[in-house]
Amino acid sequence: MIQKTFGKFTKWGVLKNLIVREIDDLIIGSLGIVAFISFFVGGVVAIQTAINTDNPLLPGYLVGFATRQSIILEFAPTFISIIMAGKVGSFITSSLGTMRVTEQIDALEVMGINTYNYLIFPKIIALTLYPFLISFSMALGILGGYLACVSGGFSSHADFVDGLQLDFRSFHIVYAFIKTFLFAMLLATIPSYHGYFMKGGALDVGKASTTSFVWTSVAIIITNSIVTNLLLT
Amino acid sequence: MIEIKNLVKSFDETQVLKGISTTFEKGKTNLIIGQSGSGKTVFLKSILGLFEADSGEIIFGNTSLKSMDLKERALLRQEIGMVFQGSALFDSMNVEENIMFPMRMFTTASEEEIRERANTVINRVNLVNANLKLPSEISGGMKKRVAIARAIIMNPKYLFCDEPNSGLDPRTAILIDNLIQEITREYEITTVINTHDMNSVMEIGEKIVFLENGFKEWEGTNQEIFKTDNESVTKFVYSSEMFKKIRKIYIDESI
Repeated sequence: MIQKTFGKFTKWGVLKNLIVREIDDLIIGSLGIVAFISFFVGGVVAIQTAINTDNPLLPGYLVGFATRQSIILEFAPTFISIIMAGKVGSFITSSLGTMRVTEQIDALEVMGINTYNYLIFPKIIALTLYPFLISFSMALGILGGYLACVSGGFSSHADFVDGLQLDFRSFHIVYAFIKTFLFAMLLATIPSYHGYFMKGGALDVGKASTTSFVWTSVAIIITNSIVTNLLLT
Repeated sequence: MIEIKNLVKSFDETQVLKGISTTFEKGKTNLIIGQSGSGKTVFLKSILGLFEADSGEIIFGNTSLKSMDLKERALLRQEIGMVFQGSALFDSMNVEENIMFPMRMFTTASEEEIRERANTVINRVNLVNANLKLPSEISGGMKKRVAIARAIIMNPKYLFCDEPNSGLDPRTAILIDNLIQEITREYEITTVINTHDMNSVMEIGEKIVFLENGFKEWEGTNQEIFKTDNESVTKFVYSSEMFKKIRKIYIDESI
């Protein structure tokens, strides 16, 4: 599938419109849900950390530090990706599956179009912008944590900012984006495979979307484990 | 003209097409008929190259599909128009964009030229005030017209239709049948229609191929089908009382 996706390219004039449409559907269309989840989960992470480390022996900056580490290293790249496996992945599988069921893919093939390139390549290109979505999630998660902590009286502005700056390793950002990019490729390819090769009718589109979500999530978790072992240990 | 020689196609252990040979003539509406499961759709999709045949030959014009390289096959596909059973219109495009799609993909024509050609075929299939509507906003009959317009916008040499009037009311079905026949004659296209609609058989069956259990059981014209004593054909075509009466009237009048 991957080999055919990068073979016999669709006319550029058509392809660029497809890429723009996929960016709109997959990236821009996900900004709202990512912002909402990141902001509030960031807040909850900070509050939970503050409550569980409420001890005079522990430094005040710990809340900011823990919030930053958990959001940058795990929450934004991994858990947002699992949520995206549900949103973006299901969208990809169901749209390709519906095209398969309604013979739209056959219609493209009869015209002599490389359907892999026409349908899947724009999704892969659109999802190369996925790291921007995750950086947006990181920023909003930390902002949510800061506002929840400071406005709720769990931590002072100075302590939280100290914690954010403490022992900052730029490699953690590199690590987060390396795995984000790998997750993006999984988000583009696994749901595409399940949608493109779907067989059956309307009910099977739903089944394919569920299967695609499960396998994308499993692949993300396994990749996360492998990348973490390779890069952080 | 399309010539089929001894076409065989299997899925796993099941042989669906068991050596079919026939010829589809230019400028005529060629019909493939047969019961559900007789291999009609597999036959049509094998000719189109959507299924790779196990053996046999498919000859478009004078060139065998087997001897064509990928580039030649791609060019051949641009000479083929296809009307799918469910119309297969692209959901994300409006009627006009659906029709213009093949030209946008395969020609270097300007947007103005493409639009002009689209308007010609839109008028030809009698589509009125539907250009900017989405496929979900138009009726089944209009969808078929859009599918036909999209299939003929590139001036194809070959037109394939998979059950073009399924799901349509009898009046619209006849209009679609007549439209396909007119277009076939007007543009000198080799049209192959997969159907089990007996009205289509009687109305536009200039050449009929009857399939049964993966074999070609019978072939002839819509005049000959009245006279045939092939048991399988008569069982299938004259299964309803109405068609039995029509046949009787036809035979009585002939005598």
